[in-house]
Amino acid sequence: MSIDLKTIKHISKLSRISVDEKKAEKLVGDLNSIFDFIEKLNKLKTDNVEPLTSVAETTLKLRADEVKSKNLRDQVIKNSPRENEDYFVVPKVIE
Amino acid sequence: MDLVSKNKSEYLINRHDNQYEVVIGLEVHAQVTSESKLFSTSATKFGAEPNTQVSLVDAAFPGMLPVINEYCVKQAIKTGIGLKAKINKRSVFDRKNYFYADLPQGYQISQFKDPIVGEGKVILDMPDGQKEVGIERLHLEQDAGKSIHDLDPKNTFVDLNRSGVALMEIVSKPDLRSPDEVNAYIKKLRSIMRYLGTCDGNMQEGSLRADVNVSVRKKGSKEFGTRCEIKNVNSIKFMQMAIEYEANRQVDLIEDGQTIDQETRLFDTKKNETRSMRSKEDAHDYRYFPDPDLLPLEVSDDFIEKLKSEIPELPDEKKKRFIEKFKLSSYEANILVSDIETSNYFENVIKKSDVKLATNWIIGELFAALNEKNLEITESPISAGNLSKLINLIKDGTISGKIAKTVFEQMMEGDKDPQKIVEEKGLKQESDPKALEALIDKVIDDNRDKATEYKSGKVKLFGFFVGQVMKVSGGKANPQLVNEILKKKL
Amino acid sequence: MSDITKQALSELVENIKSKKLSSSEVTKAFVERSEKSKELNAYITEDYTNALNKAKKFDEKPNLDLKLPGIPMAVKDLFCTKNLRTTAGSKILNNFVPTYESTVTQNIWNEGAILMGKLNCDEFAMGSSNETSFFGNVQNPIDKNLVPGGSSGGSSSAVAAQLTPITIGTDTGGSIRQPASFTGTVGLKPTYGSCSRYGIVAFASSLDQAGPMAQNVKDCALLHEIISTYDEKDSTSIDFKRNEYSKELTKDIKGKKIGIPKEYRVDGMPKEIEDLWKKGIEYAKDCGAEIIDISLPHTNYALPTYYIVAPAEASSNLARYDGVKYGFRAEGENLIDMYEKTRSEGFGAEVQRRIMIGTYVLSSGYYDAYYLKAQKVRKLIKNDFDEAYKKVDAILTPSTPSSAFKIGEKTNDPVSMYLNDIFTVPVNLAGLPGISIPAGHDAKGYPLGLQIIGKAFDEQNILNIAYAMEEKINFKNNISDWWI
Ligand SMILES: [Mg+2]
Ligand SMILES: [Zn+2]
Repeated sequence: MSIDLKTIKHISKLSRISVDEKKAEKLVGDLNSIFDFIEKLNKLKTDNVEPLTSVAETTLKLRADEVKSKNLRDQVIKNSPRENEDYFVVPKVIE
Repeated sequence: MDLVSKNKSEYLINRHDNQYEVVIGLEVHAQVTSESKLFSTSATKFGAEPNTQVSLVDAAFPGMLPVINEYCVKQAIKTGIGLKAKINKRSVFDRKNYFYADLPQGYQISQFKDPIVGEGKVILDMPDGQKEVGIERLHLEQDAGKSIHDLDPKNTFVDLNRSGVALMEIVSKPDLRSPDEVNAYIKKLRSIMRYLGTCDGNMQEGSLRADVNVSVRKKGSKEFGTRCEIKNVNSIKFMQMAIEYEANRQVDLIEDGQTIDQETRLFDTKKNETRSMRSKEDAHDYRYFPDPDLLPLEVSDDFIEKLKSEIPELPDEKKKRFIEKFKLSSYEANILVSDIETSNYFENVIKKSDVKLATNWIIGELFAALNEKNLEITESPISAGNLSKLINLIKDGTISGKIAKTVFEQMMEGDKDPQKIVEEKGLKQESDPKALEALIDKVIDDNRDKATEYKSGKVKLFGFFVGQVMKVSGGKANPQLVNEILKKKL
Repeated sequence: MSDITKQALSELVENIKSKKLSSSEVTKAFVERSEKSKELNAYITEDYTNALNKAKKFDEKPNLDLKLPGIPMAVKDLFCTKNLRTTAGSKILNNFVPTYESTVTQNIWNEGAILMGKLNCDEFAMGSSNETSFFGNVQNPIDKNLVPGGSSGGSSSAVAAQLTPITIGTDTGGSIRQPASFTGTVGLKPTYGSCSRYGIVAFASSLDQAGPMAQNVKDCALLHEIISTYDEKDSTSIDFKRNEYSKELTKDIKGKKIGIPKEYRVDGMPKEIEDLWKKGIEYAKDCGAEIIDISLPHTNYALPTYYIVAPAEASSNLARYDGVKYGFRAEGENLIDMYEKTRSEGFGAEVQRRIMIGTYVLSSGYYDAYYLKAQKVRKLIKNDFDEAYKKVDAILTPSTPSSAFKIGEKTNDPVSMYLNDIFTVPVNLAGLPGISIPAGHDAKGYPLGLQIIGKAFDEQNILNIAYAMEEKINFKNNISDWWI
């Protein structure tokens, strides 16, 4: 299989990373060589294998329903790129 | 339970010679009642100042990790039990990836392949019988924040207070066929969750919203049409309006020989129409995969059994009991169990008073009075205890039903003890035979001619005498005794 | 004491505890040497003034019961440090100052250590040579033209050059062990779930582990004992009985069964590596271990699996860097435009490449063929190890298929860069502990490392084997201070 320019543009859209023509062409080359190498997996039969998501062979621990993080607004807003005391600010979104 | 799924009052759309049926499925998002969020320890209270209930986890700071809230897990399982659904002992949290300003992680933690609750059902009481609506699944997920578009001409402001709040997404099967059924379904779901205490069902505060999937097909057709999803509708009225608009729009397209695009639409409440949501167009590929920050959620049989033992009597069971034990009509039982607050009120009243009278007074007088004042049952000026006392005063003959209405009106003005009202205003019923005899003698005396007519066979005049006696007594005479004595005297 | 920075951690601790040295003296020595070593570019952010002040404070009221009393150290810039810039080697976090501390670093400060600064690394730990860092590449103190390995390249360089007595790195596919091997130092990748991931900038959540890096095995054991704690803030942290690794350290490994996996003899492996491995086997035998041939049949599939799993998780983990809450933002005409410009300008080429790979393998129509397939193969790889550990106590392999390569040598060929991690990646996929110890030099005099892989939660055993072999190997790092 091979990844074409159209695919690169589609996944760049999904990834929210803009690519110009030159960058897209470079990515076509890079990704194709990487996927050539990945295709090796197709040689393996895995029909009856259980997929492994985590190596931790335990299950989820549950925490108590307690409020501990209180009034962190200043901490949470502090690093945001647009100065506003109350909100995060982004370019206007039209729905 | 006998299931009458045949609907006599079908909801059909007629165009030219064709009749269309509407097929509706709902994805209800119900906010889990909990103190803290699903994966973080910030608060969930409604109405807080913007961004004051946001933890570093909710705002997706680097290196922050989710840790699940046990109470939310229990709430979801309880809701599953209430929906008579299969509880999955193993479930998995997945990431739903998309970019949006109020989605700080760039993904929503949700459950995709393995939800915590599987198939269940909800029974609706429709005017022409019961209808069963299938539940496809219930899963836990995070809520997003809120984008505010109207505070600034150039920018959108983001408030993350809701970000990470636990939601139960309850997905119905496409079993609904009319706006009325949707109304009944949402109300029933809300009722069940309020009985369970798992969701407060407050639609104004956004605790209950739904994505509505609508398609149409020619009546009798077995295949489903192409559906459109109307996103995030937050009132039953709007859901009904949206369905009506959308169903008609689809029928028009079909009649016009056009096809329907499967898409996400938005209901514009001002224009009363649905329209395509362009902003969501390229976000369809959510790239779900198991969240590697979380392990599979496993619950034991004991865990589930313990929760089952905590489940209160739910509306369907309560209704059955009211009908069997108290001989209520189905109509009466439906009204009394529809809401946990109403059924609690009713059960408190009948602890010490007559069921039949209580039923009539609650459904009749009380509801009308509350309605007039625009009050909820929880805001009723008349407490269950005092209504119970009033009913007992009627039952033991202290006051007549008519006087009781006067007392009731007084009680609505402020929570007063009916006994005291009766005493203070001297409204007690006159049941002393001697006193009544004197009264009656006087009435007969004053109406000699009528008495003569009565004796000569004009028996209809009996009512006239009863009325006169009641009038003279100021309504306080015991009607039964009046009847007896009059019969003798005339 | 003139050569404070030449002392290993255990000596420094000893000298501070016996009051032969103060924390101020030690801190000053490492700060001075770090300042003279700017050319290595090991640091992204220096915090020397604060470090010296903290040392002074420590000396005023020294708590000598602590395990790291007044010991200065720098850490990889992937650990969030409260009030000190944390960049993950990326432009997108160039100005990010956390208001919180990672659990691992907090554990270290709780034992009395003092932070000197943040060490360079590949951007978001994606790289094997430290060349993807927004803050420039790092030089290997062995030779000016050599990469220090990656992604913990600043860490390996700083330890080898003695700018810090010890450090911590993170290892997703070899990012501690490969740079340790390239710089003649010791690096341990603990069992998945051993060290908390709370406060570590995430790369691939199911693979990331923090671990110690030091000049010798004993120091590594001590640091590991400090950083390995159960943490309720990390749902994948595992609550198991942890040893006092440094106290229980022993060179007695008689009768330990050590497996030699035949599949690690890969095509085109340099003879030097083959020879090193053979030597390693002899050392192990000398220590009294029993050598057993084993098979890990799916070894060959580990790298392709890794290059699906890691980018997939990364593509999602890095979605939070969108210019909204913190970090770099490029102005855009609308929200989507802002996102696309921010992420295109804020991330470097390798990170973008991996996000694209990850997005692709998760996208509709490809999930089953790639991501699901990789998860299944990952299971097979783990099964291989489970099988092997029925017969052996540990596994011995080379750490890397070659010694350190030249700066720029592999930057245009991602696949050849990825092949660097061929021996380390299977360990991450299976969640096992692995340690790299320096074991010899190649013909050019560059260090080479051996890797000892253990059973899950069996860090003590591989530390013991490493400790015993270390003595036999008696490795000496050839560092000439050419940059000073
Ligand atoms: Mg939906
Ligand atoms: Zn949802």
